[in-house]
Amino acid sequence: MHRYFKTIRLFWSTAFASQLEYQLNFLIELLAMLGTLLGSVFILSLFFTGGRELGDWTWESALVIQGVYTFLDGLTNALLRPNLTEIVNYVREGTLDYVLLKPIDSQFWLSVKKFSFAGLPEIILGLSIVFWAAIQSGTSFSLYSLSAFIISLIIGFVILYSVWFLIAASSIWFVKTWNATEVLRALLAAGRYPISAYPVILRFIFTLVLPVAFLTTFPAEAILGELKFNILFFGLILSSLFFTFSRFFWKFALKHYTSASS
Amino acid sequence: MIVVDQLSKYYRVANKQPGFKGTLKHFFDRKTYDIPAVTDISFKISPGEVVGFLGANGAGKTTLLKMMCGLIHPSTGLVDVSGYSPQRRQTAFLKEITLVMGQKQQLIWDLPPMDSLYVNAAVYGLSDHEAKVRINELAEMLELGEELTRPVRKLSLGQRMKSEILAALLHKPSVLFLDEPTLGLDVNAQARVRSFLSEYNKRTGATILLTSHYMADITALCPRVICIHKGKLFYDGDLDSLANSLSPSREVKVELKNPCASEQFEKYGVIQDLNDRFVCLLVSRDKLTDVVSNLLTDFDIIDLEISDPPIDQLIGELFIKGEVN
Repeated sequence: MHRYFKTIRLFWSTAFASQLEYQLNFLIELLAMLGTLLGSVFILSLFFTGGRELGDWTWESALVIQGVYTFLDGLTNALLRPNLTEIVNYVREGTLDYVLLKPIDSQFWLSVKKFSFAGLPEIILGLSIVFWAAIQSGTSFSLYSLSAFIISLIIGFVILYSVWFLIAASSIWFVKTWNATEVLRALLAAGRYPISAYPVILRFIFTLVLPVAFLTTFPAEAILGELKFNILFFGLILSSLFFTFSRFFWKFALKHYTSASS
Repeated sequence: MIVVDQLSKYYRVANKQPGFKGTLKHFFDRKTYDIPAVTDISFKISPGEVVGFLGANGAGKTTLLKMMCGLIHPSTGLVDVSGYSPQRRQTAFLKEITLVMGQKQQLIWDLPPMDSLYVNAAVYGLSDHEAKVRINELAEMLELGEELTRPVRKLSLGQRMKSEILAALLHKPSVLFLDEPTLGLDVNAQARVRSFLSEYNKRTGATILLTSHYMADITALCPRVICIHKGKLFYDGDLDSLANSLSPSREVKVELKNPCASEQFEKYGVIQDLNDRFVCLLVSRDKLTDVVSNLLTDFDIIDLEISDPPIDQLIGELFIKGEVN
């Protein structure tokens, strides 16, 4: 376990060093990140100028969802996108061979090798929005609501990661970059709004088939102290199922890779 | 100890006929068949041996190498490397072996090799101190100095390859799989990589398995060669007897002071080339000393050179013969 932590530390410090290697590029990335932030804030401001109801959510609590969305988007930019979109390159260039011959879990290596620090401000902004909006809506935090919030964020992230990893792992067969990233971002974007803002059928699909509700709505409900324990419990089971399946699928994909590659 | 027993690997492929019709057929009624990449190969390699794998492109060398390091599952047969079954890729096995591929790199492109080295050290569970000692030791053997702190993208191909080798040897593997380790390097850089490998083999007693297109790598490093032709084992033995059995004669090149007629040389050997004052003769090995001393007494000779016919030419002939048989 210690070896894995040390490896992560070195992975991320080298990732940081790589990003600083090109000074101009780093500046541009900072600017791009600033642009993304302004975009998020602009969309948030639209929420204030509206005047319609979203499901049975008030403006402030809908803003909490925006905060969770911004947080997850930041985490996506920091961790998921740099790593998981790279898998196809490992396959195409054959450097996956080197990863497979390392005495370390290959899914671990491929999932945490990189870390994009440009995602950090979005993560911080997202969390700030969540707490600010929750306070604005008059919520009083309790130990349960805070821990339920953290757990449900982890649940959301694990589900998003697993789905993304599944799609990325399929590149072992397709050996082609396809726009899976865009599909997933659209999925995540669907979570910008409270799940009850959607028609009943979509609500059902977003909870059980494509668990968008777990990504944003449930964490928001958790911090507002409205999330029921059984949903949290169900989320835990669902996310462990997703994660287990992603590991199982990776092993299966590798079997195909190692018996076919040259 | 490496044991390969009746090893075979088939690839399942489907052919597609050209055109739209072919595409439809390919989609609905796909006919697949197996192509043998490696068939029925057996050999044993003792610890500390340096073995070269020879073969034309697509002969199955890389498939064989990848089956031995566990990247490809064999279709039938058995591989055993130091008591492990490679395809299971157990941690203990992975710590024993290493793979270097000349055309693929593992160092992080934008950073100095040193950063990648410490990442590798952490992955293999080496402490910072162990890593430092090991890096210094290998860097000295490889004649790498401040290159290790320069971004990889700014290194020459030779420096980069040496750094790749350093990264691959950090964890003291006892079995080295090298797939074209000198690919694209200039003659000097090739020679340095070669002398390092032979030094490393002597110092550590590591087993080295090597494929290369450059005959010089094989002749300099590998007392034993295994030739693969069309997926089959073609020859397994030492390089010298391969050369001897292939060509029992040697080339004698003579530069004369005055031009001579070709008839005068016929009694010495087979005339390969006769051009004014230059003669090239093929002389059988057992007669070589007599012929040379006779030549020196009978003619006014400026220069004389004895050599083996180039081995890659011989191997080429071997494969063509194999084709005929």
